[in-house]
Amino acid sequence: MSLIHRINRSLGSEALPLLGALLVVVVGFSLATPLFLTASNFGSMAFQLPVLGLLTLAMMVPILSGGLNLAIIYTANISGLTLATVLIAFGGPEAGIGAFLIGSLAALLVGTLAGLMMGLIVAYVGAHPILVSLAMMIFLRGLGEFLTRGGDISGFPDYMKVIGHGSLAGIPVPLLIFIAAAILWHIMLRRTRHGFSVFMIGSNIDAAEYSGIPTKRTLATLYALSGLICAVAGILMAARFNSVRVGHGEALLLVTVLACFLGGLDPFGGFGRVLPVCLALAILQALSSGLNLIGANQHLATAVWGLFLIAVMAIRWAAGRLNITRFGRT
Amino acid sequence: MPRLFTTHPVEARLAIVLALIVLGLSLSTDSFLTLANLTSLLNNNSVDLIWAVGLLVVLIAGGIDISFAVAASVVQYLTAQIFGATGGNWALGFIVAGSLGIGLGLINAALIHGFRVISIVITIATFNAYFGLLMSFTKGRNIYTLPDWWVDRIFIFEHQSENGVWSELNLSVAVMIVCVFATVVLIRWTNIGRQLYAFGDNPEGARRAGVNIALMQAVAFGWMGMMAGIGGLMQVNIAQEVIPNALYGRELDVLAAVVLGGARLGGGRGSVLGCILGVMFVAVTRNGLNLLGVSPFAFQMIIGAAILVAISSSNLNFDWRGAARRRRATTGRDAA
Amino acid sequence: MSGTKEGAPFALKLRGVSKRFGGVQALNQVDFNVRAGEVHCLAGENGCGKSTLIKIVTGVYTPEPGAEIEVFGEPQTGMTPTQARDMGIAVIWQDLALFPHMTVAENIGFDQMVGGRPRLAALGQIRARAAQLLERLGVTLDLDARLNTLPIAQRQIVAIARALMGEARLIFMDEPTASLTQSETDALLGIVRTLSTEGVAIVFVSHRLAEVLEISSRVTVVRDGRLEGIYPTEGMTQARLGELMTGHTMDHQVIARDKSAAAPVLEIDGLSRHGQFEDISLTIRKGEVVGLTGLIGAGRTELAHALIGRTRPDRGMVKLCGREIRPRNIREAISLGIAYVSEDRLSLGLIQPQSIADNISITVLDRILGGLGLISPAQKKVLVSHWIEDLAVKIGRPEDAVSTLSGGNQQRVVLAKWLATEPRLLILDSPTVGVDVGARAGIFRIVHRLAEAGLAILLISDEVSEVYHNADRMLHMADGRLVETYDPRGTTVEAMEARIYA
Repeated sequence: MSLIHRINRSLGSEALPLLGALLVVVVGFSLATPLFLTASNFGSMAFQLPVLGLLTLAMMVPILSGGLNLAIIYTANISGLTLATVLIAFGGPEAGIGAFLIGSLAALLVGTLAGLMMGLIVAYVGAHPILVSLAMMIFLRGLGEFLTRGGDISGFPDYMKVIGHGSLAGIPVPLLIFIAAAILWHIMLRRTRHGFSVFMIGSNIDAAEYSGIPTKRTLATLYALSGLICAVAGILMAARFNSVRVGHGEALLLVTVLACFLGGLDPFGGFGRVLPVCLALAILQALSSGLNLIGANQHLATAVWGLFLIAVMAIRWAAGRLNITRFGRT
Repeated sequence: MPRLFTTHPVEARLAIVLALIVLGLSLSTDSFLTLANLTSLLNNNSVDLIWAVGLLVVLIAGGIDISFAVAASVVQYLTAQIFGATGGNWALGFIVAGSLGIGLGLINAALIHGFRVISIVITIATFNAYFGLLMSFTKGRNIYTLPDWWVDRIFIFEHQSENGVWSELNLSVAVMIVCVFATVVLIRWTNIGRQLYAFGDNPEGARRAGVNIALMQAVAFGWMGMMAGIGGLMQVNIAQEVIPNALYGRELDVLAAVVLGGARLGGGRGSVLGCILGVMFVAVTRNGLNLLGVSPFAFQMIIGAAILVAISSSNLNFDWRGAARRRRATTGRDAA
Repeated sequence: MSGTKEGAPFALKLRGVSKRFGGVQALNQVDFNVRAGEVHCLAGENGCGKSTLIKIVTGVYTPEPGAEIEVFGEPQTGMTPTQARDMGIAVIWQDLALFPHMTVAENIGFDQMVGGRPRLAALGQIRARAAQLLERLGVTLDLDARLNTLPIAQRQIVAIARALMGEARLIFMDEPTASLTQSETDALLGIVRTLSTEGVAIVFVSHRLAEVLEISSRVTVVRDGRLEGIYPTEGMTQARLGELMTGHTMDHQVIARDKSAAAPVLEIDGLSRHGQFEDISLTIRKGEVVGLTGLIGAGRTELAHALIGRTRPDRGMVKLCGREIRPRNIREAISLGIAYVSEDRLSLGLIQPQSIADNISITVLDRILGGLGLISPAQKKVLVSHWIEDLAVKIGRPEDAVSTLSGGNQQRVVLAKWLATEPRLLILDSPTVGVDVGARAGIFRIVHRLAEAGLAILLISDEVSEVYHNADRMLHMADGRLVETYDPRGTTVEAMEARIYA
């Protein structure tokens, strides 16, 4: 009992139930198909998860602050497009490492700027983040379509494959990037003044302001950071698909929100942790890979994700009622 | 009009901006202020407007619905399955599509109220569930063999001008007008509508006054569902086929238009007039860019920028956080 | 004082009403009655069960079995809010429970929209009746104005009109004067008297004892969920009523000391901000507690906001420890050594859903940083436990939400978070709002200890006796100006109240 208590305290109360759910899913699919519990399946899961994972981290912080960022996919696309443009300018497949670094830097800058602009409007105009990010999404989508005329940009240097498909000490590079980002995010949220401020703003922005929290700066920064991590996702997508197209990953937008809620983020803001969200991502990936292995089509996984979220909400509701009757809270 | 400024400031401001755009386009192009162009504007946007007034009701009641566009696709698919290649007629079509839509909406309402979860979480879940199931069942294939009544063009107005150009309004415009009027009646003239506003504005206050919360959720999401179904029916009439993923993504465009029209995320404020203005603002801008010969690839970018400018130059929805806190206070507790 | 209405029929009669919430006994065998046309006061400390009682009578809560409820002579078993309203019972909640984005007419007529079949709303009819009601109350309001554009006093009137719209014969008013100025309160009490002569029974809940004694003919005192007694107001004094509510006698003494020799900490000279305060000059010295009192709306909170950088003054000068300061925001004010305890603890003072530990450390994140500029959990723990111990905050665990604490303990957490900034000037804005009478003494013991240690304190309060008993000097603010300075040793509470409420 005290161990559970200690784990809940250090990892968040959502971690253990989600770990349990993950185990159930993994055991279930292992029994259903011998292909699930194999190195190649886990390898392909490890390559697929990171893009969704990075985008979910980008969605997470705005939700913690009581907002939402609906522009993440197109921020990633535009950042990828920036990288692609630089690479093409330096000769496409012949572009050197220097060009890649410059391109990546430019991509990160573009992503951060897109996020910063949203943050500034949310902070200083006070407009609703859903509306601001929705408008930014429409704008970035349009900008991307305008620049690419709806087509793909491809033909990147070979070394970029290392990022998208390579492994380091047996661990896929995309997964390493995601793990690094998740650890950074965890530290940012739990241990920095900025992270602390995000939670406080999410619960009550006025009281945070009265307590000396720089609320406007925090809002601007958190959307800028959201844009930054989108750019990382955009670079990774370019490396994985060896092409950039505006609209790539469009379907992931609402999946990232789903993953956040599944990971126990309070939809009103103020509460949530990185680790349960990572577990939620792992569950979603396991569901999709497992269904794929037993011969279901890709879309059934989408449906199962939605149904799974509803089931989790029902269980949390039931657990909440149980607590109320047990402890007599009103 | 001066009265509108105090009661509906967002709508009034948007009306002026829209009037200026219309004026500008009328002066700078020959083709904007023609019957043919105006009728096609209506034809092309009637489905969005049907959805917009449905979404408005949900927003007024303090909710949000992400799932309505894919719900409309589900309704289209099921309706096509029910009628096959020859069955049904318009009357049955409206009944079937409307009822299916209401059913899907009530699923949302039941989950939201039953598990005390805010609507964005539930409707994102049902969005995924509806869409995933639809794509699995259809395998993504389009349905072309539809009953004749469904795909035949019906014009409610036709006119040939002297230079031989036809102007016409199709059935979807008539349906849109009925839906818009019905929504006005619901939210402005009935006691239920007043309760919807009150519930969105101050849920705890409404609860204390004896408003039936479950009924409010059911009315809001049921109405949205009905509009989704009817809009889906009319969209097939225009597109002549059922494409399972055709409506995917439309929910956010409609949402942007409705919120631009002054509906408050968080509830309690919004009008049908604002809805129409919001949808028409986007539609007229797109139409104008087209007539001005701007590259179609730039449309979205300019519209997005226009919305960003519109948001930044006003402080609409300023008190969104307060509303969220109030809502937390009621959704967290059981209806005693 | 209104007539005692003896012999008038009972509007409401309760016997043996109890209510449990889980393990908490909110009400225990309470009896209560009101006669038609009577103004009856319900008095008791926060959390004594007053609100629970109102919610039972109006059908929001169901009482435990065994309770007898009689409304206008008819025994009731289990009511819904709609039924209660149909019987002529109305409540004006402390938070008014109005709808900010709806118009005045829509708010007044809202209850007519609830219940029954779906139907067309008779909007024109409701509007006409709303206009009639406002006329009956003797006020002019724009029926089409949105409620959130009205000042709080006018919203209060909208709430009363809403209650009367349903032909209410029994109206509960929960702290109706809490946010009104004296003249607004007088107007409200006038309306209450009018209603009473028309035969409407009114149950008046207020913590302002003077008001209670002025308006009501009988007072029912509830303590810890139990009935303390029902008393006629004739012959009742404020002191006696306070004793009945808290259960112990309040022995107050004047603690004022002469601090004129100490070094000045805050010096304000000719400070003005248009429409809020005018030509304010005052000095607070090291270890001195200066009370600032006056009616709500006199500009007290506005002055505090200018000192902490929430707003900018138009003219004048502020000096802290001899140096001129112009803070541009709260962060600058904190770093200069100014701490501000807001009057609104629920929505501004604390972040209610977050933990006690986070609420204490929020102001001093800079001081608990470890390596790499990261927040050090160990240092945070030390800080939090130091203040919890120092201020004797009664908590379960530091990671519990601050909302789980009682009002008095929450206020201690507020003090902790501000004392952690090591301020030179502490501004306390109505620090005992929502704090039980019993727990108030504890808060002021801390305040006096801080003053002993040399902190300069500005104590803002609209409760004259609170300032009188706790300040070294008292300033009286009215209409944005400082009108007079008093020494508590040279005057009495009654004399001051007479001046301030004149």
